[in-house]
Formats: sequence, structure tokens, C-alpha cells
Amino acid sequence: MDLLDLSSTALYTAFVLYLVATFFFGATIRDKRTDSKKGKADKIAITLTIIGFIAQIVYFITRWIVSGHAPVSNLFEFTTFLGMALVLGFIIIYMYYKLSFLGLFALPIAMIIIAYASMFPTDVAPLVPSLQSHWLYIHVTTVALGQGILGISFVVGLMYLIKQIDQTVKSKKTTWLELVLYFLVVTLGFVIITSSFNLAGYKATFEYPQGSTLVTTEYHLPAIVGPNEGTLITEGVMSPLFDAPTWFQGEDAGRKFNTVLWSIITGSILYLIIRVILRKRIGAALQPLLRNVKADLLDEIEYRSVTIGFPVFTLGGLIFASIWAEIAWGRFWGWDPKEVWALITWFFYAAYLHLRLSRGWHGEKSAWLAVAGFGIIMFNLIVVNLVFAGLHSYA
Amino acid sequence: MSKQKIKCDCGHVNPIGTVLCESCGKPIEGNQHIDGNENKKLLNMRYDGTARRSQTYSKSIIDKIWSFFSSVKVGVWLIVLALIASMLGTIFPQEMYIPAQAPNRDPAFFYEDQYGIFGLIYYQLGLHNLYSSLWYMILIALIGVSLVICSLDRFIPLYKALRHQKPKKHKAFLSRQRLYSETEEVTDEELEKIKANLKQSRYKIIEEDGHILAEKGRFSRWGPYVNHIGLIIILLAAILRSTPLFYMEEYVWIREGEQKAVPGTDGEYFIENKDFIMETHDENDERFQAAIEQEGMVASNYQTDVVIYKADKPLPGAEPELEPMQEASIRMNEPLKFDGYSVYQSGYQLNEFNSMTFNIHQTDDAEEVALDTFTVDLTKPESEYVLENGFRVELEQFYPDYYLDANGIPASETNYPRNPAFVFLVYPPGSDDSEISFVGIGRNIDATGENEYKLGIDNFEMNDVSGLTVKYDRSLIFFGIGAAIFMIGVMQGMYFQHRRIWINRKEKGLLLAAHTNKNWFGIKKDIDKVIEGTNVRMVDDQQELDEIEK
Repeated sequence: MDLLDLSSTALYTAFVLYLVATFFFGATIRDKRTDSKKGKADKIAITLTIIGFIAQIVYFITRWIVSGHAPVSNLFEFTTFLGMALVLGFIIIYMYYKLSFLGLFALPIAMIIIAYASMFPTDVAPLVPSLQSHWLYIHVTTVALGQGILGISFVVGLMYLIKQIDQTVKSKKTTWLELVLYFLVVTLGFVIITSSFNLAGYKATFEYPQGSTLVTTEYHLPAIVGPNEGTLITEGVMSPLFDAPTWFQGEDAGRKFNTVLWSIITGSILYLIIRVILRKRIGAALQPLLRNVKADLLDEIEYRSVTIGFPVFTLGGLIFASIWAEIAWGRFWGWDPKEVWALITWFFYAAYLHLRLSRGWHGEKSAWLAVAGFGIIMFNLIVVNLVFAGLHSYA
Repeated sequence: MSKQKIKCDCGHVNPIGTVLCESCGKPIEGNQHIDGNENKKLLNMRYDGTARRSQTYSKSIIDKIWSFFSSVKVGVWLIVLALIASMLGTIFPQEMYIPAQAPNRDPAFFYEDQYGIFGLIYYQLGLHNLYSSLWYMILIALIGVSLVICSLDRFIPLYKALRHQKPKKHKAFLSRQRLYSETEEVTDEELEKIKANLKQSRYKIIEEDGHILAEKGRFSRWGPYVNHIGLIIILLAAILRSTPLFYMEEYVWIREGEQKAVPGTDGEYFIENKDFIMETHDENDERFQAAIEQEGMVASNYQTDVVIYKADKPLPGAEPELEPMQEASIRMNEPLKFDGYSVYQSGYQLNEFNSMTFNIHQTDDAEEVALDTFTVDLTKPESEYVLENGFRVELEQFYPDYYLDANGIPASETNYPRNPAFVFLVYPPGSDDSEISFVGIGRNIDATGENEYKLGIDNFEMNDVSGLTVKYDRSLIFFGIGAAIFMIGVMQGMYFQHRRIWINRKEKGLLLAAHTNKNWFGIKKDIDKVIEGTNVRMVDDQQELDEIEK
């Protein structure tokens, strides 16, 4: 078995271990109810998580050896690393607070992120000149680490909302919470639909003008939306219902937009099925799981993770980023969309930290903020790459 | 509110607006609304009850401005406004990021053409240059003002109050702390033991008449002000950077073999492009084969080999004497630095035409025997060429980058000789009548169809052109210092806590109270350890009690 296969296997192993660990974390809920001491399930769960994390490190190192550069240079590699950072953040927080419920929510979200990552091309790609720098590793890994820790505050904030929001009546709050959960389901829908058509080997090639040249792109999902002014070359496949708007500037925007549409369709169907089975809102179904967690503790963990994640993000996303930009392009700040959104993220968490100074913003309001903050981070990862042209279009 | 300096029962004179006596901590009557202490069991200790200017004076316009900017609420609003404004600027690309391949890069045209009515509005609102717009800068400047005033308003009184702390506190102060207990009887030995324990837990102890103040981590209280100073330094650095003394940037296109004065250096330095090199990753490299097959060739290196010359201060009119100073290769991520200047590899153009050689032959000569030849240097085309064998050629039109525009009229797309085309007037020997010849790559058009002589491209030279950015940025160091101070301040404030424990004698017993700015669990553990083995009662967490009562 060559090293690259080993690397992929290690990542797959990590994924499976996280999945199994989640079930064990789930089993701890019953332990708590019978009021016994820290159960066995708890220990097994965290051990599996740590082994899974080590497996992911094996993936990381072996892939590094194969490619000769740290595997954080494209969307697949970066997003996988973000999932890994989220798991690391969880392990650290778990060691401190011993809160097994956190695993029940943090690991599935890390898994969704890793699954999302693996839908992008996983080939080992060589580095373009602008990326050939040690700052690639320093900048990108620090950003991912900061975002991963901020991701924990999102997970805990979400838990807080699931626990605290009154589910007996439909309200604005239940709707918003449901929307957040719906987004998670859509991400799951993305993974399902993409892997299904990949497995079936679906292909449709388009040709479309980019500036003055004609380029081709390959769709792996049936085209609901084609590239702007594109023509379908492959025969015997579904022809697009409409073209992507011109203002989608990102590389290969039509194909990405098509994928988004498919994800929303699949996710919505999936969501409806879940609702039919549960016969209530997902939030309402999850609420009893969190009966035994103290809301105050969730609030504290959420705040703690922001106080750790914010400085790490500042260091990686603004300071290291500026140093590298200065070396590579001769300007440390260029108002590139990705940079601006990093600044927006920073502004947002700065506002969060200031609001926490007043008591009125503890608890539920602050939990909403933690969820929104991670929304901004995901926006920067997904939408900025999809819609905006920029220097970061590779990741 | 008291209008004069306030003398407390303990004898200490406090500034106007003080909430808790700086010396003994006794709540000052009439000022309790300022920190919201009325009808509350616990005292608000955030700024130790000091007199803040913003909460004290509100008469003059300056007082009002000061109060406005010192509010955290206003600060948060400014941050939120900046956040929203920044979002607006990313809806469509900023002017500088209009793609190079856009049909027309003129912003007045581009936005409406690409994005319709929204694009037009975007452009008319000036959002295409948002981050350098006056109102965005004013917004950032207001955040700066808020940072300064917020910090001064709190830091100065807090600093003074913490410097003059007295161990002896009023009972009303102690009993209204979150952590508090009373003990009826305590021996001197026990007190000594507590002191020893406090020292062991690395508390600093101040004693006065048997009363004790144990304190640790006071510096963490300065964290917020330190990180604000860092941010202010960054904002000031941004102002410095806008002056030519601190920042200069120029862009220069330089051909292989060409020597040019380095722009922005007043002719003090010259640069020569010896070679431009572009390399791609090996497509046979097993590791990358799959990716290269998918995505096409991937560049691995852009590099310009240059020589930097220092020029003797040229006398007006005299040619400068050039002394080679440094030979270097400039790559992406490896800029060249010399004498405070940096040169970056920023662009390239492969295969521009350097010179073209033409020959003249008779139109009906199938052998195309050259009657005369001449060479046009495309960097400095001449208007007239007088040739050896008597021909004379005038260069009537030169299109460096030829194309036919929308109306079918010849034009030049750029000023760079990428696809040169010429209109020549050819005068045969001894004749004053000329023939018009149009020559370009793969074109040779005889407009009249009656030309006796024809021009052919005999030979050409091509070379690459490097785009280099030349700059200095003397403000960088200040950005660096500001960022470092910011990070130190954030950690100082977030990862350390200011803990204080007051022990006041009361007859035979003692009063024990404690305060920390965060991590109450930690200070409770400290107290537990300190009173171990004594009869002193553990403190009650009065906030928890409060909440249970609710």
C-alpha cells in the first residue's frame, strides 16, 4: 500500500471512529439519568475520539510527506483540517469540563465538515508560486485552529438554544433555530447527493467563455443550472434549465451553483422525511437529550471558547495573513473579499466580547451570537469562494 | 449627585462622582445610581466605584461628546456599523479587482454592464471604492476616538484607585461583595497561618493595624487598555502610511536586456532585467499527475534575474555613471531588498516583440529577392528609415497590439508590442511618390493592389517582460508593534485574573471578603486553601444565593 492510500485510509478511519464515539457519547445520557458515577461509555467515547484524532494526524503527516507541502492548500485539505481543529478544540474543552454531551453535538458537526470537505477534488496538487512559502502552513493552520475553537462556541451555543428555547409553542425563536438545523441537514444533503452521483460516475461537459477564451468544465451532477453562456457538449444527459447569472465571479461558478441547488433540494427532502418521522421540530426532538446539562455551564464554555478562539483567529487570520501578504504581494492588506470577511469575523467577535461585559447579553442572546459568528466563518469559507473572485479562490 | 469633593467618614477626600470611597470602600450616598448599586445586595465592582469623567460631568458640549464616546454601547454600535459597511464593499468587486479580462474595465461602464441596475447603484454610491472612501475612513476614525476616550475614562481613575488601596474597608463594602463571611473568634496564630498561606499562594499582602489586603494579578486589569493602545498604534500607523515619507509604491514593466531607472528613487538606482524565467511543475511527477491532468499545467516559478546599479548623483544633463551593486533573482515570496527598497515579482508578459526586420522585394518576384532591408526597434520606432540601396521608408502608423475595433478600424489594444502591425510609405530610389503597405503578423495588405514593391517580414526578435513592484514601507514596524501590543493586551486581560481578598479584624473575630474580575471558581478554591486548618468560615457566594432567592 503506498503512502497516499495509507493517508486516505487514515482519514476514513478517523471519520468512522468519530461516528462510533458519537454513539458512545450518546450512551452516556442514560448513565447520567441513573445518577451513577462517570460511566464506562464516557471513557470509551473520549478514548475513541482521541484515537480518531491521532488517525487524522496520521492522514495529515503522510499526505504532507507525499506532496512535500502541508496539506492545507486547497478546499478539500483546508476544510478537512478545519474539522480536525474542531475535534481538537472539543478534546481540550472536554479535558477541562468533562462534559460528555458536548461530544454528542461537536463530533457530528466535525463529521459533517469533514464529509463536506471530501466532496472536493482530493488529488494531491502542486503549489503555485504564490503559495510556496512557509507562511502557508503557519497562516492556514492557525486560522483553522482559531475557527475550530470558535466552532466549539457555535456547538455549545446551539446546545444552549436547543435546551432553553421553549418548544411548546411555535415562535420566531423556534423558527430560527430550526433554520440553523435545516442548514446542517442541507450540508448532509450535499454529501449524500454528491457521493451518489459520483458513485454512479455521472459526467456532463460544458464549454463556456471566460473573458476571451473558451474553457470547459465537467459537471458531476445533472445540470439544473449551466455555466453562463455555456454549451452542453456531452450527449444524452440532462440539459440545464437556466444559466448562472453573470455576477457569479468565482472560478467555475456555474458548476458550484448547480451543486448548491442540488444540496438544497436533497436537504429539503431529507428534512421533510425527518420531520415526518419525528412528528415535531428537530429542535423539539433534541431538547430532551440536554435535560441534564446546566445552562450556565454551557454559557461559560461558549464564552471560554470565544476567549481562546478569538486571539488565535486574530493571530492567524489577520496578523500572520498580513505578514505573508506583505512578503508575497508587497502589500499586507488589499481588501480582497476573503480578507474583508476575515475582518468582519474579527469585528463580530470583538462586538461579542464587548457585549458580554453587560449582564443582559449573557445566556440566550449570547448563544445566538455564537451561532451567527460561526455562520460568518462558514460564509467566508463557502459563499466567498463561490460568488466572489479573489486571491483565495483555491480555498 | 454631590457637587463637591466628597469627604468620607474615614477622612479620605474623594473626587466628585466617586461611587465607592477610594480608601475604605464605603458607598457614597447620592452616587449609587451611577453604577446601578441601588436596591442591589452586591456592589458593582467593574471599575472599583471610581469617579469616571463620563458619568460625572454632562454640562458642556465637550462633556457630552466625552460621555458619548466613552460608552461601550456606542463602541459596539460603531463596530457593528463598520462590520455592515465592510460587507457592502464585498457585494461586487472593488474597482482594483475588476478582472483583467473584462470587456471594458472603466468602472462607469463595468458595473452596469455586468450587474445591471444594482451595479449602477453600487457604482453611483461609490461602493466600488468603499474602503478608501471618506465615510468609511470616518467610521474607522470614530472607532479610534471611541477607543481612546473609553480607555482614558476608565483607566485613569481605576489606576489611581488601585494604587491607593487601603486594607481597612468599611463593613458596608465588605458585606456587599459577592464572596463574604463573618467569623466570631479568630486567634492570632490562625491569622499568622492565613497570612503564610496567602504568601504561599503568591498573593501580595498589605497590612495595616492588623487588617489585611491580599492581592494578585492586578496587571490583568490593564489588559483591555493595553490592547486598545495596540489598536490605536495600528490606526496611527495607517495614517503615517498615507504619507510619502513612510510609503512609496511604483510599478515598472522592464524587458529582458533593458536597463531602467528604478521608479521612486529619483534616479539614484537603476535596474537591469537579465532574464525572466517561468517554470511549470513537471507533468510526469507521479505525485501530481492526476491533478495536472484535471487542472492543466501549474506554474512552479516566476523569476526575474536582475542587476541593481547605483548611479552617481547625476549632474543636470550628464549621463549618470552606473556602479553595479547587487545581482539577484526575484521570485514570488522572495522579494529583493536593497537600501530600504523592496522589489517584488508582480507580473510578466511572455514573448513580446523586440525588433522586426523587413525586406523590400518586387511584388511579382516569386523568389522574393531582397532589394533592401531595414530593422524597426519596436521600443523606439523611428519615423523614417533611409536605406543603403536608395529606398526610403516612412513609418506612417504603428499599432503595437493590433486589432480591429468594433467599427472595423485598426487600433491598438495595449501599448505593448504583442501583435505589432505597421503602415509604411515606401519611396523607391529617386522617387517622390510613395506606395502604401500594411504589414503585420501573417498579414500583408496592398490596399490599392497596384504596388510595385512589397514588404516582407524577414526576421524578428522576441523577449519576455517582467512586471516589478518597487516600494518602501517604513510604517510596517509600527503595525508590527501595534499588533504585538494588541495580542499581549488581549492575553493579559483574558487569561489572568485580578483577585483580592480582604481580611478585616472585628473585635475578636474577622470579616472576610473577596473579589475577582473573572473565574470565581478559582478564587473560591484559593480561599479554601488559605483558611484550611483554621476556624475561619468559608465565604458564601452571595450571587448564587441571590439567584436561588429569585
